[in-house]
Amino acid sequence: MRVLKAFIAVVALVLVALLVAQVPGGQSLLGIVLPYLAFAIFLGGFIYKVVDWAKSPVPFRIPTTCGQESSLPFIKQNKLDCPTTKTQVVGRMLLEVLLFRSLFRNTKASIHDGPQLAYGSNKWLWLFGLLFHYSFLVIVLRHMRLFTDPIAGFVAPLEFVDGFLEVGATTIYQSSFILLAAVTFLFLRRVVRPYLRYLSLPADYFPLMLIFAIGATGLLMRHVFRVDIVSVKELTVGLVTFSPAINGQIGAIFFVHVFLVCVLLAYFPFSKLMHLGGVFMSPTRNMANNSRMVRHENPWNDPNIKPHSYEAYEDEFREFMVESGLPVDKQPEPAPAEPEAGQAAPEEESKA
Amino acid sequence: MADTKAAEMKVKVVKEPSLMTGSVPTRDWWDVEAIFKPGNYCYPAKKSIVEYHGKNLPGLFGEPRDWEVESDDWVLPDNWKEIIINGIKERLDKFRSLKIFMDCCVRCGACADKCHFFLGTGDPKNMPVMRAELFRSVYRNDFTTAGRILGEIAGARPMTFKVLKEWFMYFYQCTECRRCSVFCPYGIDTAEVTMMGRELLHLVGVGTNWILEPAANSNRTGNHLGLQPHTFKENAEFLIDDIEEATGVRLESLNFNRKGAEVLFIIPSADVFADPGIFTFMGYLLIFEQIGLDYTISTYSSEGGNFGLFTNNELMKKLNAKMYAEAKRLGVKWILGGECGHMWRVIHQYMNTMNGPADFLEVPRSPITGTVFENAAATKMVHISEFTADLIHHNKLKIDKSRNDHRTVTFHDSCNTARGMGLLDEPRYILKNVCNNFYEMPENTTRDKTFCCGSGTGLNTGEIMDLRMRAGLPRANAVRYVADRHGVDMLSCVCAIDRATLLALNQYWNPEVEVCGVSELVGNALVMEGEKERETDLRFTPLAGMEG
Ligand code: HEM
Ligand code: SF4
Ligand code: SF4
Repeated sequence: MRVLKAFIAVVALVLVALLVAQVPGGQSLLGIVLPYLAFAIFLGGFIYKVVDWAKSPVPFRIPTTCGQESSLPFIKQNKLDCPTTKTQVVGRMLLEVLLFRSLFRNTKASIHDGPQLAYGSNKWLWLFGLLFHYSFLVIVLRHMRLFTDPIAGFVAPLEFVDGFLEVGATTIYQSSFILLAAVTFLFLRRVVRPYLRYLSLPADYFPLMLIFAIGATGLLMRHVFRVDIVSVKELTVGLVTFSPAINGQIGAIFFVHVFLVCVLLAYFPFSKLMHLGGVFMSPTRNMANNSRMVRHENPWNDPNIKPHSYEAYEDEFREFMVESGLPVDKQPEPAPAEPEAGQAAPEEESKA
Repeated sequence: MADTKAAEMKVKVVKEPSLMTGSVPTRDWWDVEAIFKPGNYCYPAKKSIVEYHGKNLPGLFGEPRDWEVESDDWVLPDNWKEIIINGIKERLDKFRSLKIFMDCCVRCGACADKCHFFLGTGDPKNMPVMRAELFRSVYRNDFTTAGRILGEIAGARPMTFKVLKEWFMYFYQCTECRRCSVFCPYGIDTAEVTMMGRELLHLVGVGTNWILEPAANSNRTGNHLGLQPHTFKENAEFLIDDIEEATGVRLESLNFNRKGAEVLFIIPSADVFADPGIFTFMGYLLIFEQIGLDYTISTYSSEGGNFGLFTNNELMKKLNAKMYAEAKRLGVKWILGGECGHMWRVIHQYMNTMNGPADFLEVPRSPITGTVFENAAATKMVHISEFTADLIHHNKLKIDKSRNDHRTVTFHDSCNTARGMGLLDEPRYILKNVCNNFYEMPENTTRDKTFCCGSGTGLNTGEIMDLRMRAGLPRANAVRYVADRHGVDMLSCVCAIDRATLLALNQYWNPEVEVCGVSELVGNALVMEGEKERETDLRFTPLAGMEG
């Protein structure tokens, strides 16, 4: 079962981390070596992938037009769904990237007696998708508290907005819980909806479970198994300043958390998570619908592909053309020319 | 007609167990084999046709041979797998779209129930994401690190004959309509994947006759049916008689291959011989006659349609190249194009790139209104709906709207003009100006969300009728809706394939609804100089108040 495979993988990762954290030198491996390695793989892999995409040209201008084109002055163009200028394209892309515009169109089809097809509104994926991505973003940004010294200016206001209640001395950040809830939703819909279960691969469950595990270990570390935050900060700042050291007892749960993040980073460039980069480079979205206004160049356009020439056409049909009063470029010769080799007629006329 | 009676099909699509009707497949998708039986596949291309294309474009159409789809031996070349894998490599290097679409899908399923083939068949592999996975699984196996190392766990599988059969089945159950692309958060266009899949299939000699034979005809004679120049001319002239009978006016302006005309007019050839396209053709001619347009029609470039789009980009380019070649030879100023969907996808998004620059033409300017079509400044080709809407806006057409009062009309956006061009409101503007009874189909079935007729991309062949009627169900159902609510009895469109396929579709699902081109309704409404009292429309149906 595909869910199980992904689940086993994540559990195994957690166990590996717990184990390694206990052996001598294991904490340095998990806390220092692997983070550097994972980050290098992430960065290198990401850049490699994007460069690789960029190496292939975009031979044709193929935006998916989702609104009225720009044509006549009295017909109103839909500038965001069918852009013709760079600015309009930027507008379309911003809507896609920041608000998941296309996903917002989502509907759910059903068939009823009659037959009758119905298309109901279906914005759950859009909503939880947005919640998931934004809470993920907020969490990443909040973590900058650990990597900057003095703490970057945006962190405090972010924490203020994000933290809505205090339990004892600890602030609770809503983004953490929204992330877990959203991931849970995204996971459940994959398991519950038959068509999604049918098409989902282990590679679809794995990142969701991994992210859930990252969030869960993070929360545990914050609220249950408290870790020595001073030592953690020393380590994380050390990582950024290339002088990492592990001082004192941090607690195994921290290493599990960090290990899972490393796995996510290293996994990223080789997986569908690369949609992060791809969404910006998708030709159906990032191109202007101006192919009739400005010529788009195709670097591999083959100039040797020529039409069946008019001359060959007239040579084949000249007599008929003259007979039926169609103008010809060359008057027929007394003896009709042989049809050109290679232009033999297809056997029979098509059935249309 | 379809093998299954409509009454039976009505029950089947709702009750028959399928992913659409709520039953869950028990086997993983890669364990389910594609089984061909009569009615679920298009006939393979004839040997002579493949030979013909192979001579024109060497290496792209495989070994000409006779083969049977239902057989377990497709007489493929020994190295067919190598050809496919190398073909994928070549296309990854040539098309960024393919790379991005292979790498970025998160399988969120937003596209799943957007495909008319899925809605009508409930076959899981007709979910666009699954269709693409048929390709992607092979891509992962041979071109990704994860796939090479993890194999099946990463969703990778090697290219096998079983996979090839799936490709042939499901890349010919996709009409490249791009509806899935509208809903995808990354714009992944499964049509693009299907195109690549079909290119690869052709490389190993797997193609369908219904596409390759018209393409061969189009190359040689200029049009899909293979009409030779004199026949094409006679067919068109025959319609002049019909116009005279309906309107009392004898048109003088129809002419062919005339050098020095201002405008070259190119139509989908079906408009000169196939009912109901011929009525659309009459509409065009009436418009041109009324405004005195200096135009000519070419018999050499007598096909606007381009079945190369359904085959490979090379054949598309070759067939399309005639348009500019002929415009140059005739010395026209610009080109006007008739009502056809896929023809306009090619013109709008590919033509100038493939066969331009068209620097021997001028930026199109309507000689009647003076409007300069800046939106066609480079390609120099204008859509008849753009042209007509501009005429109407400037009051250059004499129109009697009431002459379409005997019809209650709706409009079908063809996939290509809607999602590959953005031509949405021009035809609507025209319709609202030439008929009084116009109703839109429901919101999720029109404009950018329009449903395909179910038989585009060369699938409108007789041997897969059941499949076509299923794939067309979402469109037909939306027509049913306005037919029931508003009494719609005329489905208008700007596509020649639609005019053929929607006709069959309506005869099956909505027998009371007829099909027409937008220009036909314009033609009906035009008040011509010297006309007789009009009693019928162009298809000799009595006008409102003239029934008796
Ligand atoms: C920028 C535009 C982006 C869009 C439109 C987008 C959209 C989506 C969508 C629709 C899903 C599917 C949810 C599902 O699995 O059902 C998803 C999943 C995901 N996205 Fe994004 N995303 C974007 C950027 C990002 C970024 C910047 C990240 C950074 C980490 C990211 C990380 C993820 C992750 C981890 C998942 C869960 C993967 C899974 O479901 O297996 N995405 N995204
Ligand atoms: S909508 Fe796009 S990302 Fe989602 S499953 Fe379909 S193709 Fe993949
Ligand atoms: S392009 Fe159209 S037919 Fe093809 S998969 Fe997408 S929705 Fe279906």
